Amino acid sequence: MGRAAILTDPQAAARSGADVAMLTDLSECIGCKACEVACKQWNQNQAETSAFLGSYQSHPGILDNTWTVIKFVEDINESRDMSVESWQFIKTNCMHCTEAGCVTACPVDALTYGRMGTVELDVDKCIGCGYCEKGCPFGAVAVQAQVFDTDKKAGKCTLCVDRITNGLPPACVQTCPTDCIKYGSRDELIRWGRERVAKLKARGFANATLYGENELGGLHQLYVLLDSPEKYGLPVNPQVSPVLKAVRQVVYPLGKFLLGATFFGLLINFFASRNLSEPKDTDAPKATVQS
Amino acid sequence: MTTALWDVPRTDLVVFMGSNAAENHPISMKWFLRAKENGAKFIVLDPRFTRSASKADWYIPFRSGTDIVVLGGLIRYAIENNRIQRDYVVHYTNAPLLLDPKFEFHEGLFTGWDEDAKTYNRSTWTYQTNGSGQPLRDDTLQHPNCVYQHLRRLYSKYTPEMVSRVTGIPVETFLQLAEEVTATAAPDKSAVFAYAMGWTQHTKGVQNIRTAAILQLLLGNIGVPGGGIAALRGHANVQGATDLAVLWHDLPGYLGTPRSSHRTLDEFIERTTPKTGYWINKKKFMVSLLKAWWGDKATPENDFAYHYLPKGRADKHAYSHYDIFQDALDGVVKALVVFGQNPAVGSADATRVQQALAKLDWLVVVDIFQNDTSEFWKLPGVDPRSIQTEVFFLPAAGPLEKPGSFTNTHRLIQWKHRVIEPIGESKGDLWYANALALRLKRLYADSTKPQDEPIKYLHWDYGAGIDEEPDSELVLKEINGYEWATRRQLSSFGELKDDGSTAAGCWIYTGVYTEQGNIAASRNKNADDYLHHGWGFAWPSNRRVLYNRSSADPQGRPWAESKRLIWWDGQKWTGLDVPDMLPVPPDGYNPTYGVGGDNPFIMKEWGVGGLFGPLQEGPFPVHYEPIEAPVANLLYAQEKNPVARVFSRVGDVRQFPYVMTTYRLTEHLTSGIMTRWLPWLAEAFPEPFVELSPELAQQHGIRTGDWVRVATARGEARVKALVTRRLKPLVVDGRVIYQIGVPIHWSTRGIVTGEIANRLTPQFQDPNVQIQESKAFLATIEKLA
Repeated sequence: MGRAAILTDPQAAARSGADVAMLTDLSECIGCKACEVACKQWNQNQAETSAFLGSYQSHPGILDNTWTVIKFVEDINESRDMSVESWQFIKTNCMHCTEAGCVTACPVDALTYGRMGTVELDVDKCIGCGYCEKGCPFGAVAVQAQVFDTDKKAGKCTLCVDRITNGLPPACVQTCPTDCIKYGSRDELIRWGRERVAKLKARGFANATLYGENELGGLHQLYVLLDSPEKYGLPVNPQVSPVLKAVRQVVYPLGKFLLGATFFGLLINFFASRNLSEPKDTDAPKATVQS
Repeated sequence: MTTALWDVPRTDLVVFMGSNAAENHPISMKWFLRAKENGAKFIVLDPRFTRSASKADWYIPFRSGTDIVVLGGLIRYAIENNRIQRDYVVHYTNAPLLLDPKFEFHEGLFTGWDEDAKTYNRSTWTYQTNGSGQPLRDDTLQHPNCVYQHLRRLYSKYTPEMVSRVTGIPVETFLQLAEEVTATAAPDKSAVFAYAMGWTQHTKGVQNIRTAAILQLLLGNIGVPGGGIAALRGHANVQGATDLAVLWHDLPGYLGTPRSSHRTLDEFIERTTPKTGYWINKKKFMVSLLKAWWGDKATPENDFAYHYLPKGRADKHAYSHYDIFQDALDGVVKALVVFGQNPAVGSADATRVQQALAKLDWLVVVDIFQNDTSEFWKLPGVDPRSIQTEVFFLPAAGPLEKPGSFTNTHRLIQWKHRVIEPIGESKGDLWYANALALRLKRLYADSTKPQDEPIKYLHWDYGAGIDEEPDSELVLKEINGYEWATRRQLSSFGELKDDGSTAAGCWIYTGVYTEQGNIAASRNKNADDYLHHGWGFAWPSNRRVLYNRSSADPQGRPWAESKRLIWWDGQKWTGLDVPDMLPVPPDGYNPTYGVGGDNPFIMKEWGVGGLFGPLQEGPFPVHYEPIEAPVANLLYAQEKNPVARVFSRVGDVRQFPYVMTTYRLTEHLTSGIMTRWLPWLAEAFPEPFVELSPELAQQHGIRTGDWVRVATARGEARVKALVTRRLKPLVVDGRVIYQIGVPIHWSTRGIVTGEIANRLTPQFQDPNVQIQESKAFLATIEKLA
């Protein structure tokens, strides 16, 4: 079983144009945040210093200028002696879903299904409405918009589309010191992930699983997890809200047709104050505390 | 380290103790994870559940400062249960050698202790010898005076129950650990111990490491695939700095330093060189060094300019980092030049360091940023009007702005090229050294005083005039060594001579720049060579695993098929690495070196690994409590290391009840000067904090995010509370002991700032290497409104 970070030659992948993906093997993540820094550096995103979060975590979550964040979660053994069972480091970023809540939610088609399996964001089209933020079941795209604040734009991981289409691996993959972030054709990564999960199960991790193979039609960010997704704060069966789908199919075309852009914009701001996504409380990890 | 990171995946057991590689050596962590992937068990012992612990199969918390008790307990377990690799121990270590019958150990003190002088007379710390000077031995390991029986008696007190009482590790847990560790005594098994500052920063730091070395020798785990002691050296070039002796107690290549009592070169060699083993060549290395430094002025007639070398005063113990600041406080040191360091933040008892800086007449700081040392006069609590020190700041080039070499943790020298030109007027350290040296030479050019000759005659030729850019490859060529007359680059330190015909700046590096060119720049990949001999150059002799002859049995055959590394093929030593052995057959003997074909530790006397090995506080490691400890020494009447050096104020447990440790985080480097000015690293970890357990936090009404005052006998710091179950209260001798921890990276300069944690740490020092005890001392905490 290969240990390399790059499973498919990035130049060959770029030429073929087939779906690619990233796979993060959380069993080997050491929480060093090199991926966070590489992401900022490649994309030239501004630093944004958060207040003390009471943990090793740098930011509360994905921000419009912070596209990958490692979440630090302590798993406490409550039934035994309250000692730390595990300390998980979860690299979060856009999942590049096949059926993406953000693409469905975006009223101006700034978010689209892009090249090689990516979900692409056209910031010039983005009006900062924040629908994508609410439509994403992973909290992986952020606007932090105020009502009527048209300067704000959405921001999220691009899967380094500017690198991968030119035959380079994503910046975080290239920098990861333990090679736990992997890049390659999605098929190849799934094969690798299945093998890895089998191996972890054999080593005693009965709940080890490959996440992202089928969720939302298949994610282009896969995870090898040592335990069930809830333990990592990942939704077990993520869905794009039916309300959102209905809005996309009926309201957006109708609105554009009937109201013209100005009134349509007002309507969007009305909806922006509503939570269009599934209630997220049920997805919250159990028996875990942030640290 | 004795091994190479590339070899680590061949191990059966990884033990991290005093290391948090996932956070502090993240690049190395890949190799430990690969070992785990290959089926090795991975155990982390640490007072805190760290990011390394999160990747281990098994995490064991214990009380900081009690490592020797854990390791001594493992030694006892191995001996009592006969879980040693006996053939290895008998042939490859000094276990069978008989010690002076008068040598004893009692209640924490060895024979020869002089209570008035506070030093040891070491005259009994020797072997019994026969008429020809060879040590007497008992290969049955039964003789009461043999090293092995001394070990057995010494550690007989380190029972699982005693280990548990002192360290807080439950007896059952310790026994399981002992089973796992001593299982690697089997010839086809190996274990690697990784350590870093967690072992070194104690008043018995060197002895912590010695204890592990003894254990590993008993288990037959040194020099074998997947074995060794992985000393994780930090921050790009710490290993190189040590090799090239950016230190007070060594000349390059570990040649030691002469004292004023060593009046001639021969006297220095005679009194500091073992009579057997490879070190008998020391004069060749020393003369070649003097030749590199003084060239034609180093001749047989003038003792190769030995008298040009500065000599330590016989009555002065040390010239260490902390001695410099003590001497400044005492008015002895009047000026200081600081390159790439920030002692006002990075050194223990930082307030004391800052007070010392204020006593200087002048101070030069060469750094990439203004830091708290160059601006110590602005620090809180300092009145600039009271400071008379004149401070000069010189802008330095960063690592990517200059070519040169890094020697990393596995002794691998890798050449690096300049990536970008330095900004503005900043210059590399080499430029400054060259400019300073040439100016000094100009100043003394016409002097006729003998004391000015060392500068006047210094051989200094790096291809640059006084304000020009020196050629760093010329420095590496000199370090490597060359034939003086022809300037032919040498390819092995075996070519060095003691007649002045060769020059070499650091004998162990010979081979790094040969007639074939800069070997440190080589980048040849070969999938069949798992130790990557074509990539860079590892000292000595491009050898990747030290003492590797011990990977074969006394007859020269690999101990096990799965652990093949070096073997005797009937004609010569050969294998997967550069053999670490004299060309002596397994049953042969080399009388010049006093080393047989079954003695793999050729750098040691008689070619054997040192279970017995004299240091300042004794020839065997024993447990002493930290200078500040919450409990009395349960093992000996002698509570503390009797020769530890105490510069700082000592706190009392009644006032400071908690065990405190300091440490680093992945996100920042030492005093934070290179990281807290970079926005992307500043945001990665913006604020300093104290980690404490919920049990302790509850007693003080502290919650995560509260402001907390942490105080010790040296000072205090205001930091945020991080309450976490990753710190666990321990039961030590029937009492609950709380441990707290504070990282050291913050100061008043940078994009993100915080109070200086080193105001809390003590200048209590190990007597061998003068490192401070910043991993185990006493503190108290208080919630702030």
